[in-house]
Amino acid sequence: MPLMRLDGVSKRFGGLEALREVSFALHVGQIMALIGPNGAGKTTLFNCVAGADRPSAGQVFFRGEDVTGRPAHAMCRAGLARTFQHSRLFDDLTVLENVIVGRHCRTYAGLAAAFLRLPRHGREERESREQAMHALTRVGLADRAQDEAGSLPLGERHLLEIARGLATEPVLLLLDEPAAGLNDEETANLGHCVRRIRDDGVTILLVEHDMTFVMDISDQVVVLDYGRKIADGPPLMIQADPEVIRAYLGEDLE
Amino acid sequence: MSTPVGFWNRNWGFITLAVVALAMPLLVADAYLLSILAFMATRFMVVIGLSLLLGQAGQISLGHAAFVAIGAYGSALLVTRLSMNPWLAMVVAAVLAAGVAGVIGIPTLKLKGHYLAMATLGFGEIVFILLVQLKGLTRGTDGITGIPPLTLGSLDFSQPRLYHVLVWLVALIVFRLALNLSESRVGRSLKALRRSELAAESLGVNASWRKLQVFMISAVFASLAGSFDAHYVQFISPDSYGITFSVILVCSVVIGGFRSVWGALWGTLATVILPEVIKRIHEDAVNLVFGILLILIVVLLPVKSGPLARVAHDVRCLFHREERG
Repeated sequence: MPLMRLDGVSKRFGGLEALREVSFALHVGQIMALIGPNGAGKTTLFNCVAGADRPSAGQVFFRGEDVTGRPAHAMCRAGLARTFQHSRLFDDLTVLENVIVGRHCRTYAGLAAAFLRLPRHGREERESREQAMHALTRVGLADRAQDEAGSLPLGERHLLEIARGLATEPVLLLLDEPAAGLNDEETANLGHCVRRIRDDGVTILLVEHDMTFVMDISDQVVVLDYGRKIADGPPLMIQADPEVIRAYLGEDLE
Repeated sequence: MSTPVGFWNRNWGFITLAVVALAMPLLVADAYLLSILAFMATRFMVVIGLSLLLGQAGQISLGHAAFVAIGAYGSALLVTRLSMNPWLAMVVAAVLAAGVAGVIGIPTLKLKGHYLAMATLGFGEIVFILLVQLKGLTRGTDGITGIPPLTLGSLDFSQPRLYHVLVWLVALIVFRLALNLSESRVGRSLKALRRSELAAESLGVNASWRKLQVFMISAVFASLAGSFDAHYVQFISPDSYGITFSVILVCSVVIGGFRSVWGALWGTLATVILPEVIKRIHEDAVNLVFGILLILIVVLLPVKSGPLARVAHDVRCLFHREERG
């Protein structure tokens, strides 16, 4: 059984069809890349899958359950974490605090516990702190824990978003253009980090424009163009696919 | 678990405040001054709630006077008309305020920035108009007189010293609760959603529910303050609960600084003491000074660097409709 399956997912914004009946399956332990020219609908697809947006038609199955249209916070609890194309860190909180927010979906202290500072809340807070430090260690940011998130350079911002996602204990991690704006060294570092996370048992779906990175890291590639899926397969096959080449380079002149 | 020194280091501010506030009746003999200090306690409660809403969760309310009014009128009417026990009436009014906040909050908290400001402003005005127009119930602009003072056994809280201790105790409890909240898992989720609702949601925070919770909490704090004031002054009329009061409340939060709940204390001190000082110079100068303060806040908005930039940034964010991508 696939970890996630999309069945004819469409999304319309007024007259614009951002996604047209997209279907594919993602299996446990895979690194899958979602590519396509700008405006192909990649981020829209992410939003529909992660609950930030509701598909206009079609269904999304996650761990065997129909999760179509579930809100983002419920998807997070179900085991899906994501990062954002333009990083959405909580800039005025520390690096560690950012990651602790990621523990929100695995902790329970409510208003009463918070107001009265019940012992149960204190225990939970200590555990959250430890788990968050662990997530920071996994991406190599442990020594920046006390810095303000807003002070991090771009490469580390991407890593922090990943750590924040990892803190939610996901089975599936969605990365939206994690290599955007990174230099070669940072990209290589990111690649190692992503592979390590996969080896720890987290399945990965990523949107990326850096083709070297994509072809190097992914097991399967899905190509979108104008909201339609035009190809789906292992990287080598995708690179040779005439329709993909046409979508990226335009029609032949003949 | 924690050493006495550690406890002191974490709580010295709160303990100092508690000692100073509760010792005031021993130091101050002037009845007028004491009543100002007691009035400061109830104002403090309202500002604390609003500070949670504005500062922690980043949601503006320009209609908070309405919740104070619900507390005051709720207490006054339940006690004078239905002869309810004042303490019970206070709780009933607070529950009512929370209920109203819940009903109003569900549609309005979906709005952002200016739209939320306008919606809450509208709500405040509606409540104000109801207070003036529902003459059968509220006696309109004549107000309600003869609200009995609070008593507990042989303790009579119409006595300024005793009342001072009572309201400050309540205010200190409210403050402690708010401080605890801001440093908790819940408080952290509020800080997160203020920065980015989308990101907070993706990490498991149910943003609309959280915003509603804080809105209701702030309504309860405001309502309690209204009830205490009504029993102490023994007279209420709609004048006290108009838009001006709502604006002063928002000013208090902004002047005091948003980031920490402690700002509520500084803001309250400033907006209660300042008018008293100015009044001595010239009666009409109060509105002028508040006007200038408001203008200063607005003028400071474009500041992009320096120590005031952060305040300006926070205020700007309150009025921003869209999250920046």
